[in-house]
Amino acid sequence: MLSACGPAPIPDGIDDPNEANNRKIHEFNKRLDEGVFGSGDKSDVGESSPSASADDEMALSAPSDSDAPPPEVSPALIALANFGANLDNPRRIANSLLQARPGDAAHNTLRLGINSTVGIFGLMDVARAAGLPEIDTDFGETLHVWGVPQGAYQELPVIGPSTQRDTVGMAVDFVGNPLWYIFPWPQNLAANGFTWAGEATDRFRYSDTVDSLLYESADSYAQSRLIYLQNRRFELTRGEVAEQDYIDPYEDIYGD
Amino acid sequence: MVTNVTTSNDISRRTVLGLLLGGVALAVLPASKAHAMSTADAQGLVNALVNDINKVIASGKSESAMYREFEKIFLRYADVPTIAQYSLGSAARSASRAQLNAYTKAFTGYISRKYGKRFREFIGGRLEVTGAKPVKSFVEVSTTAHLRGEDPFAVTFLVSDRSGKSKFFNLFIEGVNMLLTERTEIGSMLDRRGGNIDALTRDLQSMS
Repeated sequence: MLSACGPAPIPDGIDDPNEANNRKIHEFNKRLDEGVFGSGDKSDVGESSPSASADDEMALSAPSDSDAPPPEVSPALIALANFGANLDNPRRIANSLLQARPGDAAHNTLRLGINSTVGIFGLMDVARAAGLPEIDTDFGETLHVWGVPQGAYQELPVIGPSTQRDTVGMAVDFVGNPLWYIFPWPQNLAANGFTWAGEATDRFRYSDTVDSLLYESADSYAQSRLIYLQNRRFELTRGEVAEQDYIDPYEDIYGD
Repeated sequence: MVTNVTTSNDISRRTVLGLLLGGVALAVLPASKAHAMSTADAQGLVNALVNDINKVIASGKSESAMYREFEKIFLRYADVPTIAQYSLGSAARSASRAQLNAYTKAFTGYISRKYGKRFREFIGGRLEVTGAKPVKSFVEVSTTAHLRGEDPFAVTFLVSDRSGKSKFFNLFIEGVNMLLTERTEIGSMLDRRGGNIDALTRDLQSMS
């Protein structure tokens, strides 16, 4: 029945009926992030801010060495990210097949083959260099393709922004990851662990961007929500700008 | 998005410099009369923008010198007054002319610093224009960013000549668009200041 309906419509606007609760989880996540990754150069905040009243706005005007170049990401971290991402290919391939996208499945199968061999067990992403970039997908997208609507926005503890559909997708991806069944216990736990670690490296690899989003936005909850929903929309439309994002400020400069 | 921290001294110097250069650019560019903009015009604009960015990257200057170059490029190619006013949203309705002008001036410094820094992510990589198509009354120009060690990703510019000149008024990085992001940011800042646009303007002068 579901497959007869085609993909679910892509909603515009923001559906966030549980905002108050989501905001509490967001604050928890921010505190956790600060605790785990330290507050870095955010500690010298608040000396010469002109008229900042709210705490987190002081960060915006505080002196800092922001002209310093972004720190280089260590090769070990990149190798870990590649290794985890390579091990995550069976999950992507399974989802592409469930979405009736055999081309994507073949593409990632080829990547898995090349990177596991020439790329030394997946430590190097040589397929990307050869013009075969990763096609990422997940069970949330599979549900979208099957016609399941997005549902409300959610912020999950530790994991961060999601939607009801994406949360279900993550749960299914977690228990359904083929790695659990390809390898015996406990190697399968290690294999899955590497895919999680690979994803966690994003926090380091894009630390500048994440830091500025979390600690320098006027309202980091609202910004994270907006960015997540827009980027997800873009992924689900496979790189097309969604119709509702063609804002024309020359027709409606107030946008209201 | 990327917001970064700068010193107040830096900011006043840069704001003055940025505004001066913005003024020079305005005076130099010919005011083209209203006509339907062709996709070729729009693609030409983004090509020039991309060339300017790539030239700065290839110049081998220090990163801080590059940021200043990127700020100038942003001012030269973006329709900043339109982006400023859209970001303010309906609060612009009740503002006086003088308040709007002061806000737009402060926003200009803020946005060029912010996106000037954003362009630094292209250092070590390159942008490539891949196509253009008309949408509504404007033109969508697609580019692909190739950065070291990253999968290529899409950067899309929306270009219009409705301001009197061909300029881009929105840009999308992997689907995340500047107009909505800035509208959310400016809206939050305004809320925190109890809707006081003068306080917002004052604080924007020192933010990036």
